[in-house]
Amino acid sequence: MLSFILRRLAVAIPTMLILIVISFVLMFAAPGGPFNNDRPLPPEVLANIEARYGLDQPYIVQMTTYVWKVVTQFDFGPSFKYRDQTVNDIIRSGFPVTLVYGFWSFVVAVTVGVSLGVLAALKQNTWIDYLAVGVTVGAQVLPNFVMAPILVLVFTLWLGWLPGGGWNGGQWQYLVMPVIALSTSYMASIARIMRSSMLETLNAGFIRTARAKGLPMRRILWRHAMKPASLPMISYLGPAFVYMITGSVIIDVYFSTGGIGQYFVNSALSRDYSVIMGITILVGALTIGFNLLVDILYAWIDPKIRL
Amino acid sequence: MTFSTILKASTAVTLIAWAGFATAAEVTLAAGEKLAADQTFTYRTLDQITTMDPGMAEDNESGIIIRDLFEGLYNQDGDGNVVPGVALSHTVSEDGLTYTFTLRPEAVWSNGDPVVAADFVYGWRRAASPELASPYSWYISLMGVENADAVIAGEMPTDALGIKAIDDHTLEVRITAPKPYFPQMVTMYTTFPVNQKAVEANPDSWLDPANFVGNGAYVLTENVPAERTVRERNPLYWDNANTVIEKVTSLVINDENQALTRYLAGELDKTEVPTGQYPRLLEEYPTQAVSFPLLCSYYYNVNLTETGNPALQDVRVRQALSLAIDRDIVVNNVLAGGQVPAYSLTHWATAGFEVPTIEAAGMTQADRNAKAVELMTEAGFGPGGEPLTVDILYNTSDAHKTLAVAISQMWKQTLGVETTLANQEWQTFLDARGAQNYQLARAGWCGDYNEASTFLDIMSTASGYNDSKYSNPEYDALLEQAKTAADPAPLYEQAEQILAADLPLIPVYHYASVFMLNDSIRDWPVGNVQQNTYTKDIYKVEAE
Repeated sequence: MLSFILRRLAVAIPTMLILIVISFVLMFAAPGGPFNNDRPLPPEVLANIEARYGLDQPYIVQMTTYVWKVVTQFDFGPSFKYRDQTVNDIIRSGFPVTLVYGFWSFVVAVTVGVSLGVLAALKQNTWIDYLAVGVTVGAQVLPNFVMAPILVLVFTLWLGWLPGGGWNGGQWQYLVMPVIALSTSYMASIARIMRSSMLETLNAGFIRTARAKGLPMRRILWRHAMKPASLPMISYLGPAFVYMITGSVIIDVYFSTGGIGQYFVNSALSRDYSVIMGITILVGALTIGFNLLVDILYAWIDPKIRL
Repeated sequence: MTFSTILKASTAVTLIAWAGFATAAEVTLAAGEKLAADQTFTYRTLDQITTMDPGMAEDNESGIIIRDLFEGLYNQDGDGNVVPGVALSHTVSEDGLTYTFTLRPEAVWSNGDPVVAADFVYGWRRAASPELASPYSWYISLMGVENADAVIAGEMPTDALGIKAIDDHTLEVRITAPKPYFPQMVTMYTTFPVNQKAVEANPDSWLDPANFVGNGAYVLTENVPAERTVRERNPLYWDNANTVIEKVTSLVINDENQALTRYLAGELDKTEVPTGQYPRLLEEYPTQAVSFPLLCSYYYNVNLTETGNPALQDVRVRQALSLAIDRDIVVNNVLAGGQVPAYSLTHWATAGFEVPTIEAAGMTQADRNAKAVELMTEAGFGPGGEPLTVDILYNTSDAHKTLAVAISQMWKQTLGVETTLANQEWQTFLDARGAQNYQLARAGWCGDYNEASTFLDIMSTASGYNDSKYSNPEYDALLEQAKTAADPAPLYEQAEQILAADLPLIPVYHYASVFMLNDSIRDWPVGNVQQNTYTKDIYKVEAE
């Protein structure tokens, strides 16, 4: 196990480096730059700015300086667009926000999704099954950029129950709509994955044996079926969890949460190089980390899997 | 004092401006009105503000916050007139090159230090310095401050800049050429004072609420990036007695429709009206939907270089295209927010500017269309002639697209001209337009200061913003002459006539500010065409 983890970490380093190099190349290949504006800057002003941010250096120097600072000081540099902020500031203020609503979305998606999936599998081909499948299909095809404005219309404008957006330090009223909007489609996917793998498991030989021995259904489900049926879902949950905690552009834009998700698009559009890199590295590292975690969970759940 | 009097004053022998000026704007309530108990003001901003540093700022949303947190030599009143800020008055030397400002002795920073002339010197030097590398350092050079270019280029030390503290309350500025509108220019945030002690104590975080030192009517109390910025009343501000609004909050809401919903739910006091929704909102909320002129113009650049469309090099084709745009339909049906049809580059509401009588403006659309067809036929295109296809390039946005589609329809119907629409993401678009990699490109320009030259200068040969690459020596000469003329207005009109004849750009409309404003708010500066707002000047009254 330990050697597996070490091996995976050893692979993670070159993976991250490749990610950084590709991001750098793509970033500089895109036309324009962070200081392009409706009003082109006079050359001497532009020269001052480029010197200040090190953009006058050759790309390879910029890249190595950048990587060096990230590795040795965990310093992602200043934002080119938001002049009062460093990338570390942006992550520090935006990441906790998405972490909170992403975490709760995850909890909701998994709880509701697993329950629905298992219930549908147990009551296969009954109205419960059809209802559950109907709900999940509906939830999956309803995009969150449609759902978000509808939620605000209903809960804020018509009912007046919840604030229409903002974060305000993460009070629960501000969490409800982002969590609903973000968790719905994940919940649907989880329910569908869970339903089909549970059906498969319930038809497996060892479950039939357990039933033949006269074990009560509840015990069969919890003791024998749940673990193997969860495996496909767990491989889905690793990346899904990363996506959720790093936020969503749609959620951040529609609910004005101040989360980190909106920077994915904003920073690319404004060519805010350091923010693009910072976010890419953050998401890259989290993805690698959680994939590793999923592999470990796999081995723990299913001892047949050798790491 | 009006703009034109300042204009004359500047050429006269040394004199004291604004001798009899009312010093403080006091709240005057209408009969039966009383101040509301809740004096908070919450508004929407499109995006996270880029900076609160007066020396670094470059956009209007930052400007709104900075004008609350800092105060420059002069402010603007509700109509955009220059009124005293930290400076009480100024004198101008006989040659118009040296301005001496007298500062008010009672002005203090939020840490209690007096605001002195040296704070302005520091602020200006800092804004121009290569070390700060401010994207707006060019503003110091635009003002014509002595040695500004050399300081920005790093060829001279910052103390060579033409600004000097004579004593604590006397500030001297030297400029290189007389500028009648110079007092207007010092209302800009780039010229605001900065507290050296505060900056040097926390070079990277002096704008954090904990370290913040400003001299405005408000101090920064909370700043959550991409979520909210909160300013609260500064009890040390010299005119605090006349400040009414206690707390100002700006909320970042990217989506304008979402912002409107939240406005209607009572979460905001002010938000922008999404394009096309003004008539409906005005009908439903007649006291809240407001529209008034905003100092920006919308136009299409025509690429006049060889990379452009050869047909567009023919002035008759440009004339025909311009005439065939039914601007009344554009402003009344497409935008529908109180915008005004444009036949000139300079916004109609610009101070001291008389919109020249441009022939096309006085015609009916039927006449315009007839003339357009005539010109097109003459040029060999249109009905019976060669087919013509032109490309319109715009940056990705529904509003620009809707307009481009409408215009292309007009061209097709009237002239039989086919149009290819191409949209590009902002940065790519800027690159293409700046490199003359287009035929017709959407553009908008907002005045830096309220004077016609801020618009007309962009079409001069030397201008870095001249994306059409238009060059007309006669036009350049007029602008050069206007810089020192006692009354530049007739020269500006002539310049506009040249543009109207040559059409290096096709003006479409003049902007309006269109928003929903809580109807308990009073004294919103609707007459300030640059929308340079000062929260200290507004207040809320009790709802009836």
